[in-house]
Amino acid sequence: MNISYMYSLIAVVVLFLLAYVGVKLPGGEVFFGVIIPYLAIIIFVLGFVNRVVDWARSPVPFRIPTTCGQQKTLPWIKPASIDNPSTTGGVIVRMILEVVFLRSLFRNTKCELKEGTKISYEWEKWLWLFSLIFHWSFFTVVFRHLRFFTEPVPACLQLLEKLDGFLQIGLPGLMLSGVALLAGVTFLFLRRIWIPQVKYISLGSDFFPLFLIFGIAFTGILMRYFTKVDIVGIKAFTMGLITFKPHITEGVASIFYVHLFFVSVLLAYFPFSKLMHLGGIFMSPTRNLANTSRVKRHVNPWNYPVKIHTYDAYEDDFREKMMAPETPEEPEEKE
Amino acid sequence: MSDVPKPDELFSSIKYGPPRTGWMDNPVDIKKGIYSYAGNPKSLEYVGLPFARQWNPIDEDWNLPENWKEIISKGFRERLDRFRSIKVFMDICVRCGACADKCHFFIGSGDPKNMPVLRAELLRSVYRNDFTTAGKILGSLGKNFKKIIGARELDLQVLKEWWYYLFQCSECRRCSVFCPYGIDTAEITIMGRELLNLIGLNIDWIITPVANCYRTGNHLGIQPHAYKDMMDFFADDIEEITGVKVEPSFNRKGAEILFVTPSGDVFADPGTYTCVGYMMLFHYLQEKYGFDITWSTYASEGGNFGFFTSHEMMKRLNAKMYAEAKRLGVKWIIGGECGHMWRVIHQYMDTMNGPADFLEEPVSPITGTKFENAKSTKMVHITEFTADLIKHNKLELDPSRNDHLKVTYHDSCNTSRGMGLLEEPRYVIKNVCNNFYEMPVNTIREQTFCCGSGSGLNAGENMELRMQGGLPRANAVKYVHEKHGVNMLSCVCAIDRAALSASMEYWVPEVEVTGVHEMVGNALILPGEHKRTTDLRSEPLPGMEDDDAE
Repeated sequence: MNISYMYSLIAVVVLFLLAYVGVKLPGGEVFFGVIIPYLAIIIFVLGFVNRVVDWARSPVPFRIPTTCGQQKTLPWIKPASIDNPSTTGGVIVRMILEVVFLRSLFRNTKCELKEGTKISYEWEKWLWLFSLIFHWSFFTVVFRHLRFFTEPVPACLQLLEKLDGFLQIGLPGLMLSGVALLAGVTFLFLRRIWIPQVKYISLGSDFFPLFLIFGIAFTGILMRYFTKVDIVGIKAFTMGLITFKPHITEGVASIFYVHLFFVSVLLAYFPFSKLMHLGGIFMSPTRNLANTSRVKRHVNPWNYPVKIHTYDAYEDDFREKMMAPETPEEPEEKE
Repeated sequence: MSDVPKPDELFSSIKYGPPRTGWMDNPVDIKKGIYSYAGNPKSLEYVGLPFARQWNPIDEDWNLPENWKEIISKGFRERLDRFRSIKVFMDICVRCGACADKCHFFIGSGDPKNMPVLRAELLRSVYRNDFTTAGKILGSLGKNFKKIIGARELDLQVLKEWWYYLFQCSECRRCSVFCPYGIDTAEITIMGRELLNLIGLNIDWIITPVANCYRTGNHLGIQPHAYKDMMDFFADDIEEITGVKVEPSFNRKGAEILFVTPSGDVFADPGTYTCVGYMMLFHYLQEKYGFDITWSTYASEGGNFGFFTSHEMMKRLNAKMYAEAKRLGVKWIIGGECGHMWRVIHQYMDTMNGPADFLEEPVSPITGTKFENAKSTKMVHITEFTADLIKHNKLELDPSRNDHLKVTYHDSCNTSRGMGLLEEPRYVIKNVCNNFYEMPVNTIREQTFCCGSGSGLNAGENMELRMQGGLPRANAVKYVHEKHGVNMLSCVCAIDRAALSASMEYWVPEVEVTGVHEMVGNALILPGEHKRTTDLRSEPLPGMEDDDAE
């Protein structure tokens, strides 16, 4: 049995029980409903900022973009202005494509050894597709949840909900994003188990956030469609949190506190984990720099003088030979 | 290559299924044919690197300095503070595995630690243990907790694993094209090798060229008179083939342009024919347009094996280019065909050894074209220069003299992914030869495969590794060889010319290797030349044999 996977699963189950049981203890609602969420938010914000500031504190000594297309050189050669940007505008478009549409993952290929001695590289779109679904639906779900923190609910949120629920299945209407999130997270989990190489490289810290997000989506769907929690009471509670006048609404089901606890754990875990790729993608020097290395001098703040073999020293070493070049001598060959 | 398994044996031995036990539980097994010999202590000493000593990778004891862990830990910290790339790349990998089957060494060996993600994890695991809060807290809970967050302590086994796998990466950056965050394993390998160099763990095929380059100006250790002798010898060849006497000049003050190319072009076949091509081109331009260029024996190396040692060593070797340009008083510099040389020139030189304010913005004296893309660094790639000449109809060419060749083109890793030089060489090739075929789209341009021997891995003792790493490129060549009858693989890199020759001989023996300017030399009609009956390799040109023979 894979310990990375088991420990992570056990951890999430333990978190579930902690909240489910804990909230019923005296003071449990205040602890899981007020103290933990505030603490989580503080850790998330400070941790995130701290991590980004820490990255920013290290300089980018060299201009090292990974160029994925033709450079801008002679006027009659068409440059790849996005995949090999030579302007800030190009870099911005490249970054938008990367962040919003996972441009690089879209290139993904799958290498296979075929009969005889053939190797094939086929376009592999599933990782890209499901990653896109996962991230977009997660974003939509988070955005939709702003309705719990706004009064009145802004029009753009209502429009989004309409779009998200356009299938008009069931009552309350089915939100596609929730289902898509569950599907995305399930795919990302299954490929970690199924694909031998991916399984081999997966750590506990890869499974844990997947289980946690699965838990969040699952409890959310449970509340909305099945156990039908007291939505008015919850809104009153969440508005209390956001306006810094927290108060506990009586009679809200434990499952809600589990949901909230999972979200809190995810937030607090975020800055210390690989989830920081959210911030890191913007700081990646192979993506966020223009390929203008020969056009504009890039300055390295810690550039320091080094010892070199000067021409004069070289001439001293080889003066005789340079004066009499007709005396051939086999050089030491390194081949 | 006597110890290397036969090609079909090697191919059928590739298995992609990883072992049952986790990667941290599989101790490193340093295999013959894969590893390169330890650096010669004399070479380390010559360039002042620490802990020069005799040691053997397959010995249990590597004669490490007593405080080696402290040195590595301090070095790691310093590099995290100096390079944002490393800091970010240590933190944000999600192990999605998109990079896994993009590495030529993984494709050719099936060794899971050659998956770029795992190669990086070898260092990341130590990073998590020593430098992250989460690693320190969870790690204190016990060994199992360490394992599930992927943290481990640096010990001798881990160090050996680093050494073994960091010298199985050619810093080609193919993985970085596919990574959704642009994580560049080259950065990680460069940094890892810097750390290893802090305790004297380089390989000989890197450090001896470095020492040679430092002393004689080039990796092959060619001394000034021998350099000139070789070029005289090429001039004789050119006279024999064309009837024209060319006279290159060396270390000439007051020349307009300095030319720097990898020394492999002067000393190793088939690069020598590329060198002959440059000489013919420069002679042609001199005769026709009064072109004024000089070679240098001091800056007689374009390549930079310092790049494979440390940033500092790269800077020390690279410094000669600008120093020589300044000493000779040239206006700007042209650089020959070489891969990592151009990564260094394009992405590092100006930052490290600039500003080159003693030079002028490069302008082609023949076409008047301003090379605005090189206006700060003041160094132009020879295919940029030649493509511009051809576009302006400044060269008289007879591409039919390359009709015996069916050509494909291999993009060098560094010029494609560290620069974006894709169309210039293709434009030149298409104008100097009539039969050109591209390899499959997933194996060229920014997705090009390494020759298998880049970043200083072009030794003899690690031939099995080189053939494994060379497989994906060779396999694509084989495809166009079978489909179109391709018999010549062209490239713009000196390491390629040496490495691909070996990998073609092994995987696709019907295909030979050439530089782009060798084909230019074949096609170029020199003023006053006699009828050519052979190509630059002195092989008879079909249909152009001596009239007497008919």
